[in-house]
Amino acid sequence: MTLTVNPKVLTKKDFASDQTVRWCPGCGDYAILSTVQKVFAQLGLPREKFVVVSGIGCSSRFPYYMNTYGFHTIHGRAPAVATGIKLANPDLSVWVVTGDGDALSIGGNHLIHAARRNADIKVLLFNNAIYGLTKGQLSPTSPRGMKTKSSPYGSVERPVNPIHLTLGAGATFVARTVDVFQSHMAETLEAAYRHKGFAFVEILQNCVIFNHGMWFPYTERDRRHDHVVYLEPGKPLRFGKAQEKGLVMKDGKMETVILGEDAAEEDLVVHDPSSPALAFMLGQLRDPLPVGVFYQVEQPTYEEWMYRQMEDVKRQKGKGDLKALYHAGDTWVVE
Amino acid sequence: MEKEAPLEAPVWQRVVVRFAGDSGDGMQLTGNQFSLASVLAHRDISTLPEFPAEIRAPAGTLGGVSAFQIQVGGQDVLTPGDQPDVLVAMNPASLKVSLPELPRGALIIVNTDAFTPANLKKAGYTTNPLEDGSLRDYQVIPVPITRLNREAVKDVEGLDKKFIDRSKNFFALGLVYWLFDLKPDPTLAWIDRKFGKRNPAVAEANKRALMAGYNYGITAELFQHRYRIPSVDFPPGTYRRITGNEALAMGLVTAAQKAGKMLFYGAYPITPASDILHHLAPLRHYDVLTFQAEDEIAAMAAAVGAAFAGAFAAVGTSGPGMLLKAEALNLAVMAELPLVVIDVQRGGPSTGLPTKVEQADLLMALFGRNGESPLVVVAPSTPADAFDMAIEAFRLAVRAMTPVVLLSDGFLANSSEPWRIPDPEDIPPIPVRHPSVRNNGGRFLPYKRDPETLARPWAIPGTPGLEHRIGGLEKEPETGNVSYDPQHHQRMVKERAEKIERLAGVIPEAEVFGPEEGDLLVVGWGSTFGAIREAVRQAQDQGLSVAHMHLRYLNPMPRNVGQVLKRYKHVLVPELNMGQLAWLLQARYLVPVEKLNKVQGRPFKTVEILKAIEQMVDGR
Repeated sequence: MTLTVNPKVLTKKDFASDQTVRWCPGCGDYAILSTVQKVFAQLGLPREKFVVVSGIGCSSRFPYYMNTYGFHTIHGRAPAVATGIKLANPDLSVWVVTGDGDALSIGGNHLIHAARRNADIKVLLFNNAIYGLTKGQLSPTSPRGMKTKSSPYGSVERPVNPIHLTLGAGATFVARTVDVFQSHMAETLEAAYRHKGFAFVEILQNCVIFNHGMWFPYTERDRRHDHVVYLEPGKPLRFGKAQEKGLVMKDGKMETVILGEDAAEEDLVVHDPSSPALAFMLGQLRDPLPVGVFYQVEQPTYEEWMYRQMEDVKRQKGKGDLKALYHAGDTWVVE
Repeated sequence: MEKEAPLEAPVWQRVVVRFAGDSGDGMQLTGNQFSLASVLAHRDISTLPEFPAEIRAPAGTLGGVSAFQIQVGGQDVLTPGDQPDVLVAMNPASLKVSLPELPRGALIIVNTDAFTPANLKKAGYTTNPLEDGSLRDYQVIPVPITRLNREAVKDVEGLDKKFIDRSKNFFALGLVYWLFDLKPDPTLAWIDRKFGKRNPAVAEANKRALMAGYNYGITAELFQHRYRIPSVDFPPGTYRRITGNEALAMGLVTAAQKAGKMLFYGAYPITPASDILHHLAPLRHYDVLTFQAEDEIAAMAAAVGAAFAGAFAAVGTSGPGMLLKAEALNLAVMAELPLVVIDVQRGGPSTGLPTKVEQADLLMALFGRNGESPLVVVAPSTPADAFDMAIEAFRLAVRAMTPVVLLSDGFLANSSEPWRIPDPEDIPPIPVRHPSVRNNGGRFLPYKRDPETLARPWAIPGTPGLEHRIGGLEKEPETGNVSYDPQHHQRMVKERAEKIERLAGVIPEAEVFGPEEGDLLVVGWGSTFGAIREAVRQAQDQGLSVAHMHLRYLNPMPRNVGQVLKRYKHVLVPELNMGQLAWLLQARYLVPVEKLNKVQGRPFKTVEILKAIEQMVDGR
């Protein structure tokens, strides 16, 4: 017998595999897994259409816990594997789960080129600014001066900015969210899914063992309001407990102002995700830290170009015939 | 009105011709056209292009010499020939580079106009070899090719000055056509196709140059005789000329079509494999999806992804790229996905000799990955065989759900031979099964093996109910769930090896050419086939008890190899490496093996192998 697709509404549970989740207790990955399962269930796509691809690292165990198709690949190469999957079957919804070491260090090249090609794949980068699986070395997003097992006197490296990197590489969707901002994460993931093309989502994630509290200035409930600004298209950039602060452009730079004191609401920068310049400026900000969609623009996807070209060539030349291929060029007949 | 040459020589069964010049002189084109004219006249050929790694090495220098050697014959031609009987030397450097290859008495056609003091100096000549008597052992035919050619094309209207001298290779070609009694028509037609529309003046100049050279042969009475080569009795059929790279590209497309699949070809440009990509890229209408990746690693990784998603996936590279691909290739071993990896071997280590042949990646293909990582390795033996082996590679890959490495090399890639074009209808389909139902009651087990082949099911994303996860971590048998259990690892390692070994039951036995037992068995693999076969044949003609076994399957090996090895007193293994197959045969079959190794970036000469045979058999 063949299985028929159950048209029933899927729930979060339908996306949980039978495998025991083995991240450290309290790891930020749990919240992300839970949100991804919830969001997938709401997208209206049957389970078999999802493929979750990962590289190596704590986050990369992710596919084993998703009851979808999944591929736990090798360190840094997930965007390349995902590109192959998407090209071979554009009908699939292909998600890459990766970490800061996986995507930005060993796999940096693949991330850049996946972004530039604009294949319709979704990259979720769990950024905890540390190597967790190998037990605590500095990562490409570790801030300068950070003391780790491999930088006992403090890191002498300059960190990479994932937002700038992907913008620079030509990503058509660049966003950031945070492991503990569950509804924001859900909205952001859904926006990434709805985006036609390459979508990059940086998810700030807490490593309880090796880098606990890395993002606390942004995530602690009592401080969050003053240090995080939510990006909403068409809306002025406001933050603070009573939304009393805002961002203005002054001398080509962004500056925080107190509304009513330094500036009025109409002075504030209005978020426009179609502006690459604004996206870059927002990407520079650390306090307040912007979360949400920095940049989004619609462009034909890589697989669209590829398949359109295949169809065009078929129209021009007719469907390929092996006989014609073999006989191309000069031939001679022996009787 | 063609005048006969003054002296008709007896019929030649085989002649070796070498066109040599500066890398800008168009020698590859000239050689290719000569090959085409020869096969269209029903001669057998084997060709060896040799060019510098640099696109434009300094003009006139020894390093900038580009050459094309071809053996033309009226009987089975297996190699491009040991020694050129005829050399066309377009400048002093090409003469200097080629001279050591020439036997005494060889015919040398030289472009005397290129023997200027400056060019002589660049080639390292202190005196002009055309005048100092150093060529007295050869038949030198001095021809002022540049000047004669200028005269021939001077009236072509609209011809840019810089193109005038560029047609001189056609003059030389025309002259050689006359010398070999070949019709210039195929080249005239080719010139029209190539330049006719785009640049009529260039087309006209090239045609005039070609005919001027041809007519010069008729009128100048330069040669003592012409070369008359009989035509070959090929089996009936339609033929074309094919290089190894062309054959691989067509084989891959054919395999995919025979399975009703799209062909996904991932590649990063690398010499000498890039031509496979160039041949496949225009074939979009054959459902060929070529992916030029950001690096070698991504080309391989994307192919693994494409295979997971159900495509026929292949990649092509050379040694340095194989190293980078090892990691993702190993993932395909672990994930048990079918795909084909082509390694067009070149001289190494490291960047090595990018345009030159070597067979030194055999052990890397077999063992160059971490862990116990068995996979299938095959190697075509001639350009035409590359077509069959590309199809065979996919057949085995799908049967055992395994990556297959196909070892070609820089010689096979670019050399050419006549190919009897098959009827695609005669090529059997490649059966592919993607399950649509669960294989264990209510569960789907992605690593539940076929009892006969031990292959796991190729369930592809998009299939409802068969959602599963695979990856590079070790697994529990059947479920594929991650497992570090000692017994699970042991069993999975054994099963991955066993499924490759079982292919020995379906691949053909190795054929033996010559006596079934005797004094000496010569064993080879890959592109050395022609030189070995020719040497063995000549040894047999001398009455020596010698046989030849050529391995097209290197892992698993054909099931009769061990027995065949034991039927001869001695075993000789000629290889373009330091003894990698020899090492394998000794390790696997515990037989003493004599090695003949050459690592000069060039194929074996027949005589080199023949000498080794003679030494071993009768101590000569």
